[in-house]
Amino acid sequence: MSDQQFHLDTVEHASQTPQTELPWAELGLKREEFDRIAEILGRRPTAAELAMYSVMWSEHCSYKSSKVHLRQFGEKVSEEMTKDLMVGMGENAGVTDIGDGWAVTFKIESHNHPSYVEPYQGAATGVGGIVRDIISMGARPVAVMDPLRFGAIDHPDTQRVVHGIVAGVGGYGNCLGLPNIGGEVEFDPCYQANPLVNALAVGVLRHEDLRLANATGTGNKVVLFGARTGGDGIGGASVLASESFDDSKPSKRPAVQVGDPFAEKVLIECCLELFHAGLVEGIQDLGAAGISCATSELASNGDGGMHVDLSSVLLRDPSLTPGEILMSESQERMMAVVTPEKVADFEAVLDKWEVEYSWIGEVTDTGRLVIDWQGEVIVDVDPRTVAHDGPVYERPYHRPERQDEVQADHFTGSAADTGRPDGEALKDAVLELMASPNLCSKAWVTDQYDRYVQGNTAMAMPDDAGVIRVDEEAGLGVALSTDCNGRYAYLDPYNGAKLALAEAYRNVATAGARPAAVSDCLNFGSPEDPEVMWQFAEAVRGLADGCLEIGVPVTGGNVSLYNQTGQEAIHPTPVVALMGVLDDVRRRTPSGWDVNADGQAIYLLGSTADELDGSEWARLRGHLGGLPPTVDLGQEKLLADLLINMSRDGMIDSAHDVSEGGLAATLSEMCLRFGTGARIGMGEVCERDGLDLFTMLFSETQGRAVVAVPRSEEVRFKDMCTMRNYPFARIGVVDAVNDALDLMGATRIPLPELRQAHESTLPTYFG
Amino acid sequence: MASNTFEAPLVADLSSPSPDGTLVDVRVGIVTFPGTLDDRDAARAIDIAGGTSVPLWYADDDLQGVDAVILPGGFSYGDYLRAGAISRFAPLMSRIVDAANSDAAMPVLGICNGFQILTEAHLLPGSMIRNDHLKFVCRDQRLRVENTETAWTALYTAGQEIVVPLKNNDGQYVCDQATLDMLEAEGRVAFRYVGHNPNGSLNDIAGVTNARGNVVGLMPHPEHAVEPGFGPDSTGQGPVTMGDGTDGLDIFISALKTVVNGGTRA
Repeated sequence: MSDQQFHLDTVEHASQTPQTELPWAELGLKREEFDRIAEILGRRPTAAELAMYSVMWSEHCSYKSSKVHLRQFGEKVSEEMTKDLMVGMGENAGVTDIGDGWAVTFKIESHNHPSYVEPYQGAATGVGGIVRDIISMGARPVAVMDPLRFGAIDHPDTQRVVHGIVAGVGGYGNCLGLPNIGGEVEFDPCYQANPLVNALAVGVLRHEDLRLANATGTGNKVVLFGARTGGDGIGGASVLASESFDDSKPSKRPAVQVGDPFAEKVLIECCLELFHAGLVEGIQDLGAAGISCATSELASNGDGGMHVDLSSVLLRDPSLTPGEILMSESQERMMAVVTPEKVADFEAVLDKWEVEYSWIGEVTDTGRLVIDWQGEVIVDVDPRTVAHDGPVYERPYHRPERQDEVQADHFTGSAADTGRPDGEALKDAVLELMASPNLCSKAWVTDQYDRYVQGNTAMAMPDDAGVIRVDEEAGLGVALSTDCNGRYAYLDPYNGAKLALAEAYRNVATAGARPAAVSDCLNFGSPEDPEVMWQFAEAVRGLADGCLEIGVPVTGGNVSLYNQTGQEAIHPTPVVALMGVLDDVRRRTPSGWDVNADGQAIYLLGSTADELDGSEWARLRGHLGGLPPTVDLGQEKLLADLLINMSRDGMIDSAHDVSEGGLAATLSEMCLRFGTGARIGMGEVCERDGLDLFTMLFSETQGRAVVAVPRSEEVRFKDMCTMRNYPFARIGVVDAVNDALDLMGATRIPLPELRQAHESTLPTYFG
Repeated sequence: MASNTFEAPLVADLSSPSPDGTLVDVRVGIVTFPGTLDDRDAARAIDIAGGTSVPLWYADDDLQGVDAVILPGGFSYGDYLRAGAISRFAPLMSRIVDAANSDAAMPVLGICNGFQILTEAHLLPGSMIRNDHLKFVCRDQRLRVENTETAWTALYTAGQEIVVPLKNNDGQYVCDQATLDMLEAEGRVAFRYVGHNPNGSLNDIAGVTNARGNVVGLMPHPEHAVEPGFGPDSTGQGPVTMGDGTDGLDIFISALKTVVNGGTRA
């Protein structure tokens, strides 16, 4: 072509010019990785091949540092765990059979680095990317959730990041018509300059609609459709996700993708119509590593060959080089494999939705992925070597030298533990806790998300789990919760990961759902730091052991490494997303009592110990040390069974788990949920557990939940607890008249005052 | 009593006969534009109300003989250029404008983005701009029904307060002073925000009607307050069991009955 501004590096040219220097280091490859590529090919790679290998072998796409550990999720499994699993790890998202011919697919992913560089677009395209993963399975996306973690609430940069990320999550998700049903918001200085934006999407499908990313059937056509390919996001995968930020390098802004939610909404409806009509054989979304990833994964998962004419790709910017086209991470694109006889019908559906497409190649039986540009061969590789045979590192790791010292520094008895409030002083302590950045109302964030669209949201934030109806006639539905306490994981990554699992599991059960599947988003610092790598290895081991113990499989997820600036890594943050099933969403349990519950008995399930290490109270006193609360997944299982059965049998009208902030937070939230007060007397339970009232209120012992029981159900309730040998104690009564959380014998906190404290914090900081 | 919570059917039983058997023959078209989001929700609302929903595609040129039309919420064409500005040129919109302006005065309801499209199509006066606080807002919103003589509000009592979800980015109703005076003088403000103006709308206007009362635009979403368990936590009367607010349902039944009774005031 006469206007070509670059020199075309063909396969033939590469063979003839073995000595040509290539910018492998700039593309994020190590010397030995580059040598390995040359060894695989038996010659130097072309520029286009180098681009493909560099993005596909990046940490983000290849999991090269984490793979050796992640294997445990596939190894530590029982028959019980896999019986409902239709698709496990390795596909775009795992798929779980939930009965009646329905299946659910869900996955959580990170978009941390782009969201720091360009908060709005980073967060928006994080939502867009995970939603396309769900569509790729043949499912209709039905909800999203977003666990977000920011730096200190009063840091000047936090303003920029919070406004951009929240608006980005909302701007994209709202425009797609997906209800946002939950997530987390945390502020901690460890996330300064490394905010965590994790995005979860869940979709539903009939069993027969399941689609996989396979290119099978020699002669079948390969089509690229959706948005045109542009210059955004080039090198995003290899450059952004695989390095820490460093001020000495030029701005990386152009590496962040730009999202168009309208294009994605049209793409969703278009894909669903294609699936419904049975017009695609295999499908793959384009995310990290763009066409490089889609072609190599489709080809290597299928019969093993594909021939692509890259000149056929529709471009937004005609000056892009072939390498750039291969690496571009332009959003809202999909690639599909279509049999020749269905091409016309396929085109009719795309024309109806006014979605642009171009036929870019076909499936072959050569076992090679061959890519042409203007009639010349620029890529000729075995697709498996690109997609699956990336480097695998056994990174060295060791327990941090400071770990023993950290774990020995218990809150109790420390300098931070100066006087535990009692009596009237407990009121200020509770108000301080409920106004703190991490326990305050997150309504400022969640009111910017549409939770109603699609009309199937049976429960959303601030309840323990989001609940979505799947079958509109039968009421079958799912509950989802995402959880992690990075402070616990910092103190003990192995048990911290189990604690994240325990909380998500408890939240789903508290909502009344039977836990069914896990997806994880593992956010850590640099794997090149052996101490960070130890945190990672320990957390994965803990999560895999925990999942085996409670019998819930990991169906997929994502690893985000290099979340650190300089030597300071974030707290290890293994976010666990757990999906549970409700046979009828009418059985869902809200996390608070309303005026109709006046007079119901309030019970605490579980017993309490003095466990303040890593707690929210310790955080308020500037302390982080000791050991996180003891985690006993056997007890969690018992508790979950109780909650699910009690909910199903109508024995409890509301339930809320006890986690961060302890009973003080749980009781406050239950009162504030529907603005109905309670009278609480904990003398007996304090005596039973040998604790003072403050410790009873602020300890974060696991395996606990608070429930409200109708008077008529108290006998059955107590019988069930006794029969299952689970500790329970009557701690109060719902009181719709006395507009307060009345901690009898100590203090009385009027609900207006509690609400004011709880709801003012985020508006004060963010307007 | 809360212990009776589970007695109420949370999932609408669409197989049972509708409350009023005569309504099932009323066919209400639900228009889908590219980027429409609440179309399935609007269809569900019509079905729960006892009517029959009929999906309509924006690019078709045929109303398929429907008795009424709903333009649902969403972000048609991504709100690009201006909310509703591109959708108004859809072929189907010409048919809808003709039917709304005909002697038969076909009932037309625009919800959220549908309201924006109706103003762009000049079936209703005024326009919507960005919320005054510049953020998307989703909340359970209290409204007052100001005009009960429209096709879509006939079942309410004048001044009745209702709670329905509101969710939008561009919900601030604006118009020139002469139009505002005219709307107020003619009683054409159909719904007004109560207690809290969520977007800076002039005179707390949440919805307006045309002079004949067959075309109504409403910024909040009544189709999300029609089914127990999936609506707001309160009604105009006060708090209810979680999600049981169904104050929006009478909007849809009003239109079905209007059709059965032979149209709106002419």
